[in-house]
Amino acid sequence: MSEKSMNIHEFLSSAAESARREGPHNKIVLSSRVRLARNLKGMAFPGWAKKAERVKALEQIRPAVESLPQMSDAFSESMDNLTVLDKNILVERHLISREHAAKNAGSGLVLNREESLCVMINEEDHLRMQALRPGLQLKQAWHAIDQIDSKLEKKLSYAFTGDLGYLTACPTNLGTGIRVSAMLHLPGLVLAEQINQIIQAVNKLGLAVRGLYGEGTEALGNVFQVSNQMTLGEAESDIVERLNKVLAQIIEHEENARAMLLEKKPKSVYNHIGRAYGILANAHSISSKETMNLLSLTRLGVDLNLFTDVERWMVDELFILTQPAHLQRRFSEKLSAEERDLLRADMLRERLRNVSRPKPKSNGGPAGLLSDKQSN
Amino acid sequence: MLCCICKEKDAKVHLTQIVGDKMQKVDLCDDCAKQKGVNDPAGFSLADLLLGLGASQEITQGGNPDTKCPHCGFTQADFKKAGRLGCSECYVTFAEGLEGLLKTMHKGTKHIGKVPQSLQQSRDLSEKLKNLQKKLDKAVAEEDFEQAAQVRDEIKTTREKLGELSATP
Repeated sequence: MSEKSMNIHEFLSSAAESARREGPHNKIVLSSRVRLARNLKGMAFPGWAKKAERVKALEQIRPAVESLPQMSDAFSESMDNLTVLDKNILVERHLISREHAAKNAGSGLVLNREESLCVMINEEDHLRMQALRPGLQLKQAWHAIDQIDSKLEKKLSYAFTGDLGYLTACPTNLGTGIRVSAMLHLPGLVLAEQINQIIQAVNKLGLAVRGLYGEGTEALGNVFQVSNQMTLGEAESDIVERLNKVLAQIIEHEENARAMLLEKKPKSVYNHIGRAYGILANAHSISSKETMNLLSLTRLGVDLNLFTDVERWMVDELFILTQPAHLQRRFSEKLSAEERDLLRADMLRERLRNVSRPKPKSNGGPAGLLSDKQSN
Repeated sequence: MLCCICKEKDAKVHLTQIVGDKMQKVDLCDDCAKQKGVNDPAGFSLADLLLGLGASQEITQGGNPDTKCPHCGFTQADFKKAGRLGCSECYVTFAEGLEGLLKTMHKGTKHIGKVPQSLQQSRDLSEKLKNLQKKLDKAVAEEDFEQAAQVRDEIKTTREKLGELSATP
């Protein structure tokens, strides 16, 4: 059934395969995710349980998850059998949380073949199950994880009360235990300096916006995650619906921002994208932070048809490959940050060697310069 | 400015989040930010963090600070430290203190949404049982013994079904 002897690196799809998965609105929405938190009745939550109790919960949950038809050729492993590098790769692929990566004996992971269903066992809750989809597919993700949950509740006894719903270790997840989120690429709103307005407006609706990479509120690579905050007092389908409506608006604002920038400041947009290409194609040392910001601009260039021989998935592949753990996996585990910066730059130069530089369509010459002046 | 967790080092990470009309601010040093997973947006929520700082004090309001969960031994002091509860029974033990916290955190204080199927079924059966009992009382009062016998049989099978449900996990 589960391929326990298999190494996670043999199991995981390549970065290119992963980047090639496409979904609706993929230009702006990178991926959709729905996560459910569940706990077993009568057992202490993982953060408070003694090790023996965690192991007991894991031994109960893992076979139940493995026996699901959706998990028929899944990767299933105890967290202490994964190396630090394995775990970091899984974090960089957004398959497990950093918190789960820090777990060892008594915690586990079950990941399906398509990498669309991932169950973390004994993270903060006994079960954190998530469905992932490329592009904007929140409803599909919700239905997929709802099915898994309905099958599991027949095998496991959940902690649930009529008043408070599913009981979770942290009261912030109580009730439905659901976290619905989408990862968005918003370079237009960032360049147009409208992103803070959008974040504030979305926050007012009780939704959270976070930079996906980077520390605190700083967003690297112009990638943001939008998710629901409240889990008690609103049905799952309503939460999904509400998020869908807000996302549709953000997508529209991003498209408008891009159109506005192209009309009013085409030179500024071409300048950003051209410089990004120039550095990525010629640098000999580059940090992961700078890489992500420049790849984001390259992705925007692809969306705007400035590149004749680059497709979006190639940029998305580089987003994955240039991350620290992926570089270590490719070259050596013992790389220092400086060595990684050199190898990252080598890889980028090599990949971009045959890519011709970005060419603005009509107003790239002196005429474009004039039109920019006129619009000022 | 000092980090509001360790209260020792200088705060380098400043977070602000606005939810509804409420603005929440937290200042952290690099180490505490890392430890709290601030650079991992997938697993991080400011609400969670606040819970571990000041908001969790609300659980101590109205309750005895020495209250201990009889099931897992978790105390209010533990909640203040971790911002997480010990087990599902803690929701009963600390119900009084949690109520206010849930109000500030969520849309409502009563669950709306999915219910495990077995529970839904037993709810439906309990409801049916109640109605049947009424029907029986009425039939007996009206001395309609044929009807009463029929209803009694129905009650018996419904009870059996309910028993089967509670026997499975």
